[in-house]
Amino acid sequence: MSLRLPKGGRLIDRDKRVVFSFNGKRLTGFAGDTLASALMGSGQRIMGRSFKYHRPRGVVASGVEEPNALVNLGKGKTHEPNQRATTTEIFQGLQATSQNHWPSLSWDIGEVNALIPRFLPAGFYYKTFIHPRPFWKHVFEPFIRQSAGLGKAPDPKLQDPDRYEQFYAHTDLVIAGGGIAGLQAALEAGRSGAQVILCEQSAHWGGRAPVDGVEIEGQPAEVWIKNAVDTLEKMENIHLRLRCMVAGVYDHGYVLAYERVSDHAPQDDVVRHRLWRIRSRHVIAATGALERPLSFAGNDKPGVMLASAVRDHVVNYGSAPGERVVIVTNNDDAYRTALVLAEAGLTVPCVVDARARAEGALPKAVRARGIRVLAGMGISNIKGLRGVVAAQLCRQDGAGEVIEDVICDAVAMSGGWSPVVHLWSHCGGKLLWEKENSFFRPDPDKPPTDQNGEGFVICAGAANGALHAGQTLEDALNSTRKSLQDLNMPVSDQAFLKVSVPEEEKLEPVWIMPAKAGPKKRAKMWLDFQNDVKVSDVQLAAREGYESVEHTKRYTTLGMATDQGKLSNINGLAVLAGALGAEIPQVGTTTFRPPYAPISMGAIAGEARGALFQPLRRTPIQGWHEDNGAHFEPVGYWRRPYCFPRKGESHRDAVNREILAVRNGVGLLDASTLGKIIVKGPDAGRFLDMLYTNVMSSLKPGKCRYGLMCSENGFLMDDGVVARLDEETFLVHTTTGGADRIHAHMEDWLQCEWWDWKVYTANVTEAFAQIAVVGPKARALLNKIGADIDLSKEALPFMGWAEGRIGGFDARVFRISFSGELSFEIAVPASQGRAFWDKLLEAGAEFGATPYGTEALHVMRAEKGFIMIGDETDGTVIPQDLGLDWAISKKKDDYLGKRAQERSHMADPERWKLVGLETLDGSVLPDGSYALDEGVNENGQGNTQGRVTSTYFSPTLGRGIAMGLVRHGPDRMGEVIAFNTTKPAAKGAAPKTIKARIVSPVFYDPEGEKQNV
Amino acid sequence: MSEFSVSALDGLSVGGSVTIREMGRQGMVSLRADLSAAAKAVARVTGAEMPAQRKISAGKECAVAWMSPDEVLILCAADQAGKIAFDLSEALTGQHHLALDISDARAMFSVTGEAGAIRDVLAKITPADIGALGLGEMRRTRLQQVAGAIWFEAGDEARVICFRSVARYVFDLLAMSAREGGTVGYHG
Repeated sequence: MSLRLPKGGRLIDRDKRVVFSFNGKRLTGFAGDTLASALMGSGQRIMGRSFKYHRPRGVVASGVEEPNALVNLGKGKTHEPNQRATTTEIFQGLQATSQNHWPSLSWDIGEVNALIPRFLPAGFYYKTFIHPRPFWKHVFEPFIRQSAGLGKAPDPKLQDPDRYEQFYAHTDLVIAGGGIAGLQAALEAGRSGAQVILCEQSAHWGGRAPVDGVEIEGQPAEVWIKNAVDTLEKMENIHLRLRCMVAGVYDHGYVLAYERVSDHAPQDDVVRHRLWRIRSRHVIAATGALERPLSFAGNDKPGVMLASAVRDHVVNYGSAPGERVVIVTNNDDAYRTALVLAEAGLTVPCVVDARARAEGALPKAVRARGIRVLAGMGISNIKGLRGVVAAQLCRQDGAGEVIEDVICDAVAMSGGWSPVVHLWSHCGGKLLWEKENSFFRPDPDKPPTDQNGEGFVICAGAANGALHAGQTLEDALNSTRKSLQDLNMPVSDQAFLKVSVPEEEKLEPVWIMPAKAGPKKRAKMWLDFQNDVKVSDVQLAAREGYESVEHTKRYTTLGMATDQGKLSNINGLAVLAGALGAEIPQVGTTTFRPPYAPISMGAIAGEARGALFQPLRRTPIQGWHEDNGAHFEPVGYWRRPYCFPRKGESHRDAVNREILAVRNGVGLLDASTLGKIIVKGPDAGRFLDMLYTNVMSSLKPGKCRYGLMCSENGFLMDDGVVARLDEETFLVHTTTGGADRIHAHMEDWLQCEWWDWKVYTANVTEAFAQIAVVGPKARALLNKIGADIDLSKEALPFMGWAEGRIGGFDARVFRISFSGELSFEIAVPASQGRAFWDKLLEAGAEFGATPYGTEALHVMRAEKGFIMIGDETDGTVIPQDLGLDWAISKKKDDYLGKRAQERSHMADPERWKLVGLETLDGSVLPDGSYALDEGVNENGQGNTQGRVTSTYFSPTLGRGIAMGLVRHGPDRMGEVIAFNTTKPAAKGAAPKTIKARIVSPVFYDPEGEKQNV
Repeated sequence: MSEFSVSALDGLSVGGSVTIREMGRQGMVSLRADLSAAAKAVARVTGAEMPAQRKISAGKECAVAWMSPDEVLILCAADQAGKIAFDLSEALTGQHHLALDISDARAMFSVTGEAGAIRDVLAKITPADIGALGLGEMRRTRLQQVAGAIWFEAGDEARVICFRSVARYVFDLLAMSAREGGTVGYHG
């Protein structure tokens, strides 16, 4: 039974009780507890169920590497799955539930999986995908969906209410890890004057040195740590950050750090997580090392923990996994746990040491306390169903014959340590296998390199392989000095600090315990606790031909869980190497990828949610639209009114009303979003002649001309009206969505190709509010508000423009029409836009002036047969397809797209061409519908001969109208063709089609009499 | 017709760790030209020297900011922008250039408060090295998802400009970054 010790716990405050709940049960811990230590202290040993076999699981580790103790935190809106109990600081009211159990945590039906060991072996998924096929869909998948998995996904209908943000920082050095190595690095860097950000993922400085009884300069490590932090806090160039994990290192010294600002003390409207986006010249990874489990049968049972985690819990929190703890090890370090437990008054029946000899200082100290040390021994099996009852001992070099049962309620295991080389590896730093210590460490000759080919990450202390506290500080100082020298910064001449800590003898690599364990035992030795991968699975993979560690990883799912194999990778690849008869370095490691440990989606999104999710561009008249019930549609980053429905009016009715109001009276359109680009210079005309398919240089000041712009591949990319302002200056109108793109296109050609042409451009889209006053009564309305410009047909004819004052506003008025009606597009300074709109509305009341939206605009242009970029074009359409040959100059030597349009496929008469389409029954053709043709293609699909590009109900004509691209379309006027629909047909009957007649695309006022008045 | 004119957010302001205020109508003139050849004309019209790369130089009731190797931005009173643009065009007659009153295409904000807090608020929305941005320097950058520029008017006041259509977005960004409960304490 796990328990809280009567005293001790350097990180907890026993005077402050904290009440929390686990699976609805009210429990009490102390301020400073993690959820794991509080649960352990409350006697709660089982914390979850495993992924595949639903085996009961308890805490194994004491930090971010924890594979088992994952919980759901919070509920409802704040529910979050897969949170590690070992890194969750408890607070009043914390609610946690265990994961993947049914019907209850202590009695779970899925345990039956484990009784059928043939079920779910390595490669199970791949094998069942292949045959028998129906089994996967009908038998395995439903069962696995029901039983496998970890936490519960958040309810998609609920939104995370918490606040997140990001923060950009620029610095000389990021030091990852605030253990003694990180502090030593920061002190040295601080003295050099470097700008430093020191991040520690936990809530405490100093790492594990205080737990391990390290003495620095003759004082307990804790004293040195406190002094170091005090010193660093006084340095202006050092920025200290607790609860901040360096999650990833990327090219160009880009570092992501994940700060859990208020997880430990949640408050409304306080930032929960902050993602630091840091540019650092160098990174020092003082990330320490992680202990490895040992692979013996039953090593996943609740109560079996890493030796270091056992002493962390005892020393830091006064919690213990049991009262009688057997220790099993292949190294001297685990003996520290025996000493800590004995000191805490707990019983250590024996230390089981797989090595033939255990004569180092620490084993001696353990023996001196009267604790049995059994060398050359291992664990054959752990007895107990939902916890540890006894450890059965055997010879390590045997097959597991039990020599002795040792009654115990917990086991502390240590298979040695692995440096945390993740940050070194994220950007491609290479590793060396150090045989003597059985670990991978950074290869100093192959660091991750920056934009200059120089190394920019260095490991310091245990992360660099200097595991023994005696070497850690020295290594940290050396690494920091190397980094500072690379940065051309001064280094100090301070001597290495004196660290006193017992000498340790060499470890003996032990990958399977006992060495000659048979298949039955190997099927109970867990490598990856979170994904339920065992020694037998990796060996099976090897037998089935998997030699690459990357393939084995995917086949067995070893190291693919949320802990990314922090405990399992080295053991797994060592077992694989053993099975293949290869050396470990030949097998190699899998790739270390960021983030080091999971970070929240909220932190990645940062502030970009709600109103800040995406910038919404607003016209000067946007407020009026919002106040008057506009129904909006997205156009680029703008939200344009689609229509202005009145109370009780459908959108379609509103659109029809708006169209009729324009056709019969006067309508007002907010056209401010239209792109407006000034093009000026002696070469401006020549430049526009290259950009447009027609001639612009011949345009006279005071006149407008419609033009088409193509990409150099010949495809139509934008259209619009160009107005010549003066001899050297043009105003180019683009589509709403095209403004930024076309401006960039212009600059691209000017800067990269025609850099010697004298042309300047400026995107002035937002400098103007543009209002289209459209309809037979448009002129009457403008004359009413008064203008100092002659707006008559004679003075300002169609496709002319003029400048002056209208209604007292500074205005530029263009006689252009996208609706076929008499139309004045009037640009006023953006700052005057709203007032001008209000004035037009007020004065227009007597003419029935009606604001209209984009849908009415679209329908009216379709009635006139005007194309729309994005409807009639899709990146594969050339102007010739659209019957726009009149707008393509034959006289010009060149324009962008000209050559491309001469290629055989572009000039092919078989290309589909634009026509109007009129349904025989007056209905509206479905958008995107295909014109059916006879026969089938090589894939057995029905042939097609055209498609619908725009289709609307025309209230003007009282019927459906459409435009489409049809093979030989313009030559087939009057012909009837069939279009497909998605309407369901009766069973067995042919699919429903709609018949339509090919007609001219100009449905309304083909002579253009109405716009030219 | 200035009696009708309003800026993008009409002087909206909000408090927090710093104070954010939309500054109303602000004159801005964009000049594109060969900057060395245009220096004389710029000096004559604005009284300012041609600014060096990324710098701002002060003129008569206006300032000239370097925007790119062939572009400067003149900041002036709203009612002066038209005249300055016109005068520049006059002074540069015969020389290829583009001078435009773009006051209405932009919005400007002031961010006032304690020096470190201002930088912390800005560092939440721009990847530029805001700690290194000194007086007299303009930094064109990204304000999360939109383009903008930042400079310090004084130690306790930064200015932010952006396009008019996204003024609301930038205001909301600044307001969110300054909202209580998000103190960083990074910049001194």
